[in-house]
Amino acid sequence: MKKSVEPKRKRTPARYCIPDPSVAVTDTVIRAHIEPGSRVIDLGCADGRLLELLRDEHGCDVLGAELDEELIVGAIARGVPVIQSDLDHGLPDLPDGSFDFAVLSQTLQQLRRPQDVLREMLRVARRALVVVPNFGHWRVRLQLVTQGRAPVTSTLPYEWYDTPNLHVMSMHDFRELAEKLRCRIVRELPIIKGRAVDRAWAANLRAESVLYVLERH
Amino acid sequence: MASEFAEPHCSDGRSVGLVETQSATLFEPPDVLVTEGRKPLGPITVAYETYGELSPGRDNAIFVCHALTGDAHAAGVRSADDRKPGWWDAFIGPGKGLDTDRYFVICANILGGCQGTTGPSSIDPATGRRFCTTFPFITVGDIVAVHSKLVEHLGIDRLLAAIGGSLGGMQVLEWAARFPKQLGAAVVLASAAKLSAQGIAFNAVGKRAILSDPGFKNGEFYDDGPPRFGLALARMLAHITYLSEASIERKFGRRLQNSERLAYELLQETEFQIESYLHHQGKRFVERFDANSYLYLTRAMDYFNLAESYGSIESALSRTDARFLVVSYTTDWLFPTSQSKELVRALLATRRDVTFLELDSPYGHDSFLIPADMDRLASIVGPFLERTQDAVRRRAPVPVAAGVPEAAEVAAGAAAVM
Repeated sequence: MKKSVEPKRKRTPARYCIPDPSVAVTDTVIRAHIEPGSRVIDLGCADGRLLELLRDEHGCDVLGAELDEELIVGAIARGVPVIQSDLDHGLPDLPDGSFDFAVLSQTLQQLRRPQDVLREMLRVARRALVVVPNFGHWRVRLQLVTQGRAPVTSTLPYEWYDTPNLHVMSMHDFRELAEKLRCRIVRELPIIKGRAVDRAWAANLRAESVLYVLERH
Repeated sequence: MASEFAEPHCSDGRSVGLVETQSATLFEPPDVLVTEGRKPLGPITVAYETYGELSPGRDNAIFVCHALTGDAHAAGVRSADDRKPGWWDAFIGPGKGLDTDRYFVICANILGGCQGTTGPSSIDPATGRRFCTTFPFITVGDIVAVHSKLVEHLGIDRLLAAIGGSLGGMQVLEWAARFPKQLGAAVVLASAAKLSAQGIAFNAVGKRAILSDPGFKNGEFYDDGPPRFGLALARMLAHITYLSEASIERKFGRRLQNSERLAYELLQETEFQIESYLHHQGKRFVERFDANSYLYLTRAMDYFNLAESYGSIESALSRTDARFLVVSYTTDWLFPTSQSKELVRALLATRRDVTFLELDSPYGHDSFLIPADMDRLASIVGPFLERTQDAVRRRAPVPVAAGVPEAAEVAAGAAAVM
């Protein structure tokens, strides 16, 4: 009798993942936009790596917000103060204008209501620093056209039905959201091939991620 | 609050070993304590224990504030065959949450208590008789004033940290407000900046149970035995508030105590295991606790309200540069997370260094005492204290060189040679 044969998987062509900028790149880009000595909150601070640098090398007064208990313990071990919070519930424990900068790195697309979080960031801080993946990248577009597959990112290579990436946006989309929220884009810095590029041509086609610096109008 | 809900903690070789309760006499006349209720009290005897070694720089002391019915015996055993270690033995010891290889840990019985520190069952030196209800009304502030004096008495200028759960956490907060320069860190577990109306309500029932026991005799019951029914009843009720629906369900469910089936007997009071457990807790409590102390201390707790005492929580805590660690528990309905968050909000508003976590635990208010949960608490409190100590030592590496008045005092206190 024939043993049940594993159904032969059709080899799917290698899937394109938007490369997330390495942690070091993001940290460097973010740090370059934070004035020394300022008060900074990092939303989704993980183990407090960025905040530790900002505190030790920029003399910043820092606070982390994180949901995961293990990551919080990591932040505590770095001596970084951290508040356990679920960003989807806003930042109800933080008073208005209590920070100079609110940082949100590679997390916005995972939140249920990105616009609420951006609003909250600009409520508690003078400036919001947001790093988002750009799903407008040409390879994402090409993949959608040629293979008919939805985009994923390299550090979050999840399937569409099981991904923390709830939202897919491009630079155009983000600008539109900023306008809708009546906040000013002070700076738009595309990250292309792991490098922050100040004035990039066709950024919406080429950037893997983008750093936005936002202010209230 | 030491419900002893968990199995007795077995010694795992990480014990502080044999310990002895010591005692200090503070506030000797004429330097008596003037209580918040404006009554003089002194001398005051304080029972305390210490674990670990005080560092040469005297910068590694941690004060443990016990909860409502705790005592100075927080860790170790009193004799080689003592089967019951101190109430926080799972958390205090070599390599534990409060690592006695690193820190000098102090725990003292609170003012108004009945386990060695002056309280209503102590002898009033003025009359040669027990205070009973002539003992002055005390507050959490008065309790902390005595702790603070004990720390000075031990030659320690500044604590690395004060830590406590429940009423212990209230003491830590009051400490940060009243003696802001004495703390390097404040660790507040399952606590709040005030006792909630619900908390006052439960205390009210407990008080009524004691006061309405004919054995109470206006507090002068020492010759004839305590108001055991009232005190046991107070404890039974309070004990329920320290647990959670889930933990009671898990440990007892609807299981019967002595039978396979229901008895259909109205006056059989301990049919269910949970009933038997509560009766047992009540009975044991009467053996170890004083009814007058219970009344004084629950009242001190009722009165606790940082915002009322200092104008606002923010103004109460804005004068300390202590780092705060605030921990709440998901199933704690006596001191719910919302109350810890209120505290955290105030600390953030006044820009203190604050870390907050809500731990998922089934054990209710008592979670901070449950040995099974201690490793996790240690994984949080341990690094928090280590970083606090690093920061303290970075700031003042050589106490005499700093030229800060405070540091100079430390040097003088430590009899440093200059």
